[in-house]
Amino acid sequence: MGFFEKLKGGLEKTRQQLSTRTADVIRLFTKLDDAVFEELEEVLIMSDVGFETSEDIIERLRQKAREDKIRDGEALRGALCEIIGDIMGNSVPLEVKSPAVILVIGVNGTGKTTSAGKLAAYYKEQGKSVILAAADTFRAAAIDQLDIWATRAGVDIIKQSEGSDPASVVYDAIGAAKSRKKDILICDTAGRLHNKKNLMDELAKINKVIGREFPEAQKEVLLVLDATTGQNALSQAKSFAGAADISGIILTKLDGTAKGGIVIAISKEQNIPVRFVGVGERIDDLQPFSAEDYVKALFE
Amino acid sequence: MAFDSLSEKLQSAFKKLRGKGKVTEADVREGMREIKLALLEADVNFKVVKDFIEKATMRALGAEVLESLTPGQQIIKIVNEELTVLMGGAGAKINISPKPPTVIMMAGLQGAGKTTTAAKLGGLLKKQGKRPLLVPCDVYRPAAVQQLEIVGERLGVPVFKAESTKPVEISKSALLHADKNGNDIVILDTAGRLHIDEELMEELRSIKKNIDVTETLLVIDAMTGQDAVNAAKSFNDSIVIDGVILTKLDGDARGGAALSVRAVTGKPIKFVGTGEKLEDIEPFHPERMASRILGMGDVLSLIEKAQDAFDLKKAEELEKKLRKQQFDLNDFLEQLEQMKNMGPIESILGMLPGINQKALSGAKIDEKKLVRTGAIIKSMTKKERENPSIINSSRKRRIALGSGTQVQDINALLKQFEQMKAMFKQFGGMKKGGRGKMRFPFA
Repeated sequence: MGFFEKLKGGLEKTRQQLSTRTADVIRLFTKLDDAVFEELEEVLIMSDVGFETSEDIIERLRQKAREDKIRDGEALRGALCEIIGDIMGNSVPLEVKSPAVILVIGVNGTGKTTSAGKLAAYYKEQGKSVILAAADTFRAAAIDQLDIWATRAGVDIIKQSEGSDPASVVYDAIGAAKSRKKDILICDTAGRLHNKKNLMDELAKINKVIGREFPEAQKEVLLVLDATTGQNALSQAKSFAGAADISGIILTKLDGTAKGGIVIAISKEQNIPVRFVGVGERIDDLQPFSAEDYVKALFE
Repeated sequence: MAFDSLSEKLQSAFKKLRGKGKVTEADVREGMREIKLALLEADVNFKVVKDFIEKATMRALGAEVLESLTPGQQIIKIVNEELTVLMGGAGAKINISPKPPTVIMMAGLQGAGKTTTAAKLGGLLKKQGKRPLLVPCDVYRPAAVQQLEIVGERLGVPVFKAESTKPVEISKSALLHADKNGNDIVILDTAGRLHIDEELMEELRSIKKNIDVTETLLVIDAMTGQDAVNAAKSFNDSIVIDGVILTKLDGDARGGAALSVRAVTGKPIKFVGTGEKLEDIEPFHPERMASRILGMGDVLSLIEKAQDAFDLKKAEELEKKLRKQQFDLNDFLEQLEQMKNMGPIESILGMLPGINQKALSGAKIDEKKLVRTGAIIKSMTKKERENPSIINSSRKRRIALGSGTQVQDINALLKQFEQMKAMFKQFGGMKKGGRGKMRFPFA
């Protein structure tokens, strides 16, 4: 099943959700008046796009509707998708050369360990050799959790004991990746709230170790965002970008009723592309992101 | 810290109103618009915001405001009152079953923090003299059982060894185990699940059907956005919850989800998770939270925190020393350590009324300074700490080297210490005049 089908499948479970409401708004309007725009803005806010960005999108939509003399729902939907698509930019799949290091970061409970495990399976499926680094040495049993994912994906894992220095785990893992000639090293890290300075410093240190010890590798820093997160995700993206240059976002838990609309605001403000989406609990439920499909699924 | 930015917004919205002698209807609507934006930015659900604004505007437009001499104040009062109502009455407690054991079931979406919170709750109840038993019913997430076992062991709370892989069977046999071993509280940690996952929701219902669950607690992440209402409503409709625990409140999320969840379920928020340490769980105080939203500060929480962190006995000893003018660098260091116990300075300042939240970003530097000051004192010998006057320039160089600082830093610290001592001298004199206890020489 492709990304779009999965997403739509998730949406179908809750018919009263956003997509249907938008569809109703668009399908049922007889006259393109303020009420229609207001309703659409409401729908955007309810999917966590945020007030400012929603207002901006609707403003652009009004203008476009005037310019293009839009009268029917189908054209209005098209215009809306186009505007959001513009904000999100073209989604190009993440190209990973060998050797590469992927650092997986984020706040607590967004699904970093699960995403790291799924990423390993994803790249292995593509014929790459992958090695995992269990650099979440803080949360109880996080190492065991990643270990199980490593077994499931059939890849190597580098780990130390709980409580050890995460930067040293990454250091070891880089050595192992080099000597075993692995294509991709994926580092899981501990969840940290972005307003805790010492934890962000720790992350910056891990990031520095990668740059110093493995300069020849392509470095990708992926921020894992939970689709149920609201406006705080903006603050997360900003703070994490300060500690490590974020190169992309993994949007998880899109199989629920949350739409993760905040990624639109993040795209607009910080221009960080969404690279993957998590749409379920199975190992293959991590898929490359497609802005077009995402927007379509939002308003279909 | 949650809600800070919201109170900042509301403060600026009302600044305009405060200066005015008389407000017009347009003024009220303008102020309410700011509140609406602030609440939306804080992730309060759109519909909840709409209702709230409508109610508050209606009241604010009433005669009591427009004719009042201080309309701005009146509006703040109204918004505060309505917010408090929305967040529920006084702090709610865990229901304890008259016939033990009391069974507490944790439920929630993935990643909300159920396992950690289950353990924290167990630790809290143990401190209150109960005998809790933690039960791992999350049979899906890899290593979830190990996680509970590890945190249980850290807290000294027993964790049930499950033989079955079926949550219903596990909870049944855990209950028998609790009976045999005299555990009066049984806490079931369940797997994270989506509220639209019928199969997994049925599993929770079936646990409740098979055993007597006293208290079902929904664990919600304070960072949750608009979808909080959907999740909370579905869980409540499907398994009927008794209360909510709000986690990750130590982040900077404004925590509007608290308002939303409360509004759609009508169930009280009972506890909040405030940190990564296993003792970081606190009862929820709706009235304090509402005051904080409006920038009136959370003085009550601050006082409680200070009481916890400051050792009373040590404080009395210090007081004696101060009176006798025997305060030395050892005491200074001890005070520093106690301040650190209270948590990050920003979080303490954030509780004080009238503090500009933006200025707090600068407070982080001071915390570093605390650490450095501690390092300097720790690099001194016992004699030097007791009698700082013997510290000459060669001693200063050694201390600077030992603490990784500069001689200027040592000078600055010693000067500060002398000033403080002089200040205490004055206090000491006043003390005889019958002043109350002095507990915060550094606050």
